[in-house]
Amino acid sequence: MEETNKIEDTTKKEEQTSTQKIGIYLWIWLLLFVLSFFSYMVDWYQFQGMLRWSLILFFMFLKAGLIMAFFMHLFWERYALVNVLLWPMTAIACFIFLMTAEFKYTLFSRFFYFVVGGA
Amino acid sequence: MSEQKIDGFELKPGFKGMASDTGSDQTMFKGVHWGKAMMWIFLLSDTFVFSCFLISYMKGRGSTIVDWPNTSEVFSLYVGGVPVPLLLIAIMTFVLITSSGTMALAVKYGYEKNRKMCGWLILATAVGGLTFVGMQVFEWSKLIHEGVRPWGNPFGASQFGSFFFMITGFHGFHVSIGVIFLFIYTYKVFAGHYESKKRGWFTKMKGDYVEIEILGLYWHFVDLVWVFIFAFFYLW
Repeated sequence: MEETNKIEDTTKKEEQTSTQKIGIYLWIWLLLFVLSFFSYMVDWYQFQGMLRWSLILFFMFLKAGLIMAFFMHLFWERYALVNVLLWPMTAIACFIFLMTAEFKYTLFSRFFYFVVGGA
Repeated sequence: MSEQKIDGFELKPGFKGMASDTGSDQTMFKGVHWGKAMMWIFLLSDTFVFSCFLISYMKGRGSTIVDWPNTSEVFSLYVGGVPVPLLLIAIMTFVLITSSGTMALAVKYGYEKNRKMCGWLILATAVGGLTFVGMQVFEWSKLIHEGVRPWGNPFGASQFGSFFFMITGFHGFHVSIGVIFLFIYTYKVFAGHYESKKRGWFTKMKGDYVEIEILGLYWHFVDLVWVFIFAFFYLW
C-alpha cells in the first residue's frame, strides 16, 4: 500500500511541475492567425460604419485576450496577480471616456470659430 | 506559470485565495518569481504609456476638421500594378504573431529543460522580430519619400504624420530592444547558463529557465500592443 501511495505522490508532483500541453499553444497560435486574417478581411471588403468598428473591436479584444490568457499564462496565474494587473485598466477606460468628451468639444469649437466664424 | 505549492501555506483558489494571499503578511504573489512580478509591473506601466499615445491619437483624430488620410490607400502596396490595401501591415502582423507563437513554445520547452529546442525557438523569435523591424524601416522610408512629415502630409489632416511616427516608432523601439535581448538569451540558452546556474550580469540571481518566461512576457506584450495599433491606427 505504502509503495503505491509513494508512486502516486511522485506522479502528482511531476504533474505539478510539468508545463501545459503543446496542443493548447498550437491552437491559440492558429486562432490568432485566423482572427488576424478576419480583421484584415474587414478592410479588404471595405465594411463601413458600425459594422466595421464593432468587428475591428471584437477581433482586437479576442486576440488580446487570447494572448494575455494563454501566451502570457494569466489564465493559470493566481487571482492576486491577475487582479492587480487588470483593475488598473478601468483607469484607462475612464481616460478614454473623458477624452471622448474633450475631442467632441474641441471639434465643436473649431467648427464654430473656423467655419461659422463665431457668434 | 507559478508553482502551485508552498510549504506551510494553504493556497486557496479564486477570490478567497486572493484575499488570503494579500493578507498573509508574506509575499503577496505566491509562487511567482520576483523577476516575473517586476516584469508584469513594468508591462503595466508600459500599458499606460501606450494608452496615452493611443488616446492622444483618438483625441487628435477626433477633433480635426480636415479629413483623416485613408489608411488603406496610404499603406497600400502595388503588386503587379494593382494596389493591395494594407499588404505590408498584414504581413508584419503575421510575422509578429508567428514570432509570438515560437516564443510561447520556447517558454514551454525551457521549463521542460529541453535546451536545444528552447534555443532554436528563441532564435526563430529573434529572426521574426528582426524581419518585423526591417519591414517597418521599409514602411517608414516609403512614407517619408511620399512626403509624410510630423507636421504635414499630402493625404489629409496634418496630425497624421506625428501620430504615425510617434506610435509606430515607440512600438518599433520596443521590438528592437526585444530583438537584442532575444539574441542575448539565445546565446545564454545554447551556452547552457541555465543548466550550470550561471549568474546574470546585473544580478546575483542564479540562472533559471524562469528568465525565458520573463523574456516571453515582454515579447508577447510587444505583440499585444501591435494588436491595438493594428486595430486603431491601420484599420479604423
